[in-house]
Amino acid sequence: MASNSLLLARGARLAGVGAFVVGVAILPRFLSDFRASEFARVGIFFIALIGLNILTGYTGQISLGHGAFMALGGYTSALLIAGRPGLELAQLDPPDWIPVGNGMKDIWTIPIAAFVAGLFGFLVGLPALRLRGLYLALATFALAVSLPIVLREPEELTGGTNGLNLFGTTDDRLTGALDNAVHIPVLDRDITFNDWTYYLVWTTALIGLAIAWFVLRGRSGRAFKAIRDSEVAAASSGVSLASYKTLAFGISAAYAGAAGALFAIVSTIVSPGSFPVFLSIQLLIGVVIAGLGSLGGLVFGALFLYYLPVGIQELSEVGRLPDGLQDAAKSPGMPSVIYGVVLILVLFVLPRGAAGFLRRLLSPLTNRL
Amino acid sequence: MAELLQQVVIGLSSGAIYALLALALVLIHRATGVVNFAQGEMAMFSAYVAWQLVQWGSPYWVAFGGTLVLSFAGGLLLQRVVMRPVENAPVLTIVIVTLGLLLVFNGLATWLWSGEVRTFPPNRPFPTRTFDIGGVVINVQDLGIIAVTVLLVAGLWAFFRFTKAGLALRAAALYPESSRLVGIRVGWMLGVGWGLAAALGAVSGMFTAAAFPPLEPTMMQAVLIYAFAAAVFGGIDSPLGAVVGGLTLGVFLNLVGTYADDLQDLGFPVDLEGLRLPVAFVFILVLLVARPQGLFGRASARRV
Repeated sequence: MASNSLLLARGARLAGVGAFVVGVAILPRFLSDFRASEFARVGIFFIALIGLNILTGYTGQISLGHGAFMALGGYTSALLIAGRPGLELAQLDPPDWIPVGNGMKDIWTIPIAAFVAGLFGFLVGLPALRLRGLYLALATFALAVSLPIVLREPEELTGGTNGLNLFGTTDDRLTGALDNAVHIPVLDRDITFNDWTYYLVWTTALIGLAIAWFVLRGRSGRAFKAIRDSEVAAASSGVSLASYKTLAFGISAAYAGAAGALFAIVSTIVSPGSFPVFLSIQLLIGVVIAGLGSLGGLVFGALFLYYLPVGIQELSEVGRLPDGLQDAAKSPGMPSVIYGVVLILVLFVLPRGAAGFLRRLLSPLTNRL
Repeated sequence: MAELLQQVVIGLSSGAIYALLALALVLIHRATGVVNFAQGEMAMFSAYVAWQLVQWGSPYWVAFGGTLVLSFAGGLLLQRVVMRPVENAPVLTIVIVTLGLLLVFNGLATWLWSGEVRTFPPNRPFPTRTFDIGGVVINVQDLGIIAVTVLLVAGLWAFFRFTKAGLALRAAALYPESSRLVGIRVGWMLGVGWGLAAALGAVSGMFTAAAFPPLEPTMMQAVLIYAFAAAVFGGIDSPLGAVVGGLTLGVFLNLVGTYADDLQDLGFPVDLEGLRLPVAFVFILVLLVARPQGLFGRASARRV
């Protein structure tokens, strides 16, 4: 019966999510310390992709500027962690009216960074209402290009081109230095810095995923999907386009801000160069590879974003290709070519992204015959 | 006054380069609804091809013509081989494919010719003389670039307006299904569109190498941004808008650069000279917020 197949699909989905959560929780046990730090970075991409997917996949607004929101979150977090004492240590002297505070524990800066970025995203979403498609892409691209320059200028606050080094702070604000083990008071255990960052990132990611899932399941989610499917029909049905579109911008920027804050904590340093234009482009590539409009493929998108450049680099340095090819792989320019070719080939195979592929795979479970 | 006119001419010359690339973008967008992010890198690659032909001994204009032919063929091939498999995919997927092409061409140029800076001596498209009309000093190269651009644009317009092939191309872009019924091979028409766009881009690239040496893999990146600005200025589907937009942008940016110092003296807080790119962006943004469909575009009304 139809309801049986629906139950089966729902069961399968729940089982999948459950397995995912358990997998994430126990993975570090099987991984080397280095891999844990790699997966932490995958998680950072994952969080940013959740947000961008809500914007582009669910309301259809293209953004080539989400790197800027990450930058905002990263700098907010760095400034808050350093606090006035930390900035003074770095010989910076920000103006008095900026509420930098006296240094804050890193975990609490994440929601604050998300809020700041989200607010900014909402503000960007307002003029964005007038633009669509290529025009919106261009405007957000302008944002991505300009924000690093804007962040570089007020040197007394942001450290200029050199950025902010979170290490210049006292250790009890930034939990654990790279060499020391991190002590978790609650569980009374010591874990390495890399493992700690892994858990921090993925806990945030799972919380973010849960929030996204709830939002998308509810009224806002339905409004988003309606807007994506047909703005005219949505408006005719009483969905306020302006409210939901700007809301989507705000939410997606908040996710990017959280990702940026985590990036700052994991890298322990932020500078204008940490958030280049290519980052924004990568995020868009990531959501398309993941598959727009559903949460299923996002892990794949994040893995793709992180591991493709890494894999290409490894291939060109230590790869096991026959000699002639190996030389070619090492030469400048080749990594770009390989990245581009792989990207195109992946899209040939998965034009609707990983989620689209999953949908096609699982459709026998959900289709009525 | 003389200086102003001189700067306007120089601005028109760089504007012509932007206009050509913008026209290429509009061509492909009109035909396929896709923005080709790789247009700039393809143009850069064509410029390198021209350079290579010159290195192998051919005179400049022979290399120019040869590059046009090769670029046309390349564009055609790209459409048939790379774009056709994804033509039914969502628009964003197709855009990312063009981003992939951007990376491929950029990498390929660096790999084949290394990132060394090169110039186009001793062959240059136009002699480096200047001449003087009543106090206004004009560079022959600038005039040459403007002239060639005007010729090309006029030729393209005539092609679309008066030839059967041009008609077929227009039909294929506007009404693919009906065109198929009439016997037009729409797929190949799209390929020709890509070929023409690639050829236009090649001219833009070769002139960029001549006007803004040196020849290097990153030389078209800023030009691409300006071309986007120009295309959007005119409304992304309007060829006339792209040309007017390109020329206007060229003049505007050049005047801003020239008079940046004077502006600063008058109290303007920022030194605009190094900020051509952000200025171009602000220009687009202001325009788009005021008139989202561009100057020449038609406001699209959607039917329920």
